[in-house]
Amino acid sequence: MTKPGKDVDKRERIVTRIARELRDGFYVNLGIGMPTLIANHVPQGMEVILQSENGMLGIGPYPVEGEIDPDLINAGKETVSEMAGTSYFSSADSFAMIRGGHVDLSVLGAMEVDESGNLANWMIPGKMVKGMGGAMDLVAGARRVVVAMEHTTKDGAPKILKKCTLPLTGLKVVDTIVTEMAYIRVTERGLVLEEVAPGLTAEDVQRATEARLVVSEGLKGMES
Amino acid sequence: MNKVVASADEAIRDVGDGSVIMLGGFGLCGIPENLIRALVRKGSKNLTTMSNNAGVDGLGVGLLLAAGQLRRHIGTYVGENKLLESMVLAGKIELDLVPQGTFSERIRAGGAGIPAFFTPTGVGTIVAEGKETREFEGRTYLMERWLKADFAFVRAWKGDRMGNLVYRKTARNFNPMMATAAKVTIAEVEHLVEAGELDGDLIHTPSVYVKRIFQGELYERRIEKRTVRKSEPST
Repeated sequence: MTKPGKDVDKRERIVTRIARELRDGFYVNLGIGMPTLIANHVPQGMEVILQSENGMLGIGPYPVEGEIDPDLINAGKETVSEMAGTSYFSSADSFAMIRGGHVDLSVLGAMEVDESGNLANWMIPGKMVKGMGGAMDLVAGARRVVVAMEHTTKDGAPKILKKCTLPLTGLKVVDTIVTEMAYIRVTERGLVLEEVAPGLTAEDVQRATEARLVVSEGLKGMES
Repeated sequence: MNKVVASADEAIRDVGDGSVIMLGGFGLCGIPENLIRALVRKGSKNLTTMSNNAGVDGLGVGLLLAAGQLRRHIGTYVGENKLLESMVLAGKIELDLVPQGTFSERIRAGGAGIPAFFTPTGVGTIVAEGKETREFEGRTYLMERWLKADFAFVRAWKGDRMGNLVYRKTARNFNPMMATAAKVTIAEVEHLVEAGELDGDLIHTPSVYVKRIFQGELYERRIEKRTVRKSEPST
């Protein structure tokens, strides 16, 4: 039952679960990579405005061939389109909006998260440092920070730790961790396991996690 | 008032060795292509550049890197540039990485006469090392200082002879703040128009910040990641 699924299946489960956190009228920043896929799962009839930290509110889908505009890209430098009601602004205005707590939700990937809600996702000592981009500002400023990541490394080592070992992106910034195995909330009393993926038990999740998990009294199956 | 110069080469005539230069753009979007090419032709050395990215190999700031003109680069993300990586590892260039919101605000502060400010970004990380912190309403903030430059190279969609600028879509990015934070701001525009042709209510960068302006000769407008959808999206 606990046979690891393919990466695509894992990602799909993570992405669809996080999409259920969206609310009508939310302004949301989706990080580069897996979080971007959440845009494909906004529930019908719900209006969610996507923020791009390079200076845009209202990211639309990728353009059709022929409507590509080099002046219209997202923070991953991919060509995008605009929705009705889009606005553009400078990088300073963009981060004022982020730092000022006006963005409801930020979803981003992680290399490590720990039980205090510390996040590491930008630097591995000894390897070339590419830069933190806007990640430090997003986690410090967004009203709610959700981490989207696979539960363990490719080698099966835990990524949810007692204490992060890599250089931090932010201190006590994570609110929720969503993996292919579980939905976990960061609280004052530690990491609370709220949902487990179908076919798994709380013990299975704990075995793949270094930090101690507090099993919620209302523990339930993870919906997608 | 007429700030128009004939060419990119004339616009950068006094960019000497050791200059500190801000360059607008996010990735390759909204970069001052013509000014960068002119700077490669001029060959000024020992430059410090401030730009969100460092271009890619063979375009944008990447051209200045390849020509060996840079001593130091300050930016937020340089993942697309292999040449920079090898130069950093070989100790041939100094690289300072700054959180993007802090970078943009430091530039804004530089143009606005604010020497320092407090931000929550980077508290408890290596970015905070050696910096003053203070508590406000129970939360810890980090002091960051302004950034200023000798020259700012900005790229706009339209500009008039007085130096008023209008940017287009996400090509705006860092250009407006950089235009305010240098001793000499040089704007290259895709369309140069007469004073009065731009709606004064819709100007992004008012003329006071711009010292020189010209219409760029060539815009490659290269796309870094060409992503398309096949048909209409499902809603």
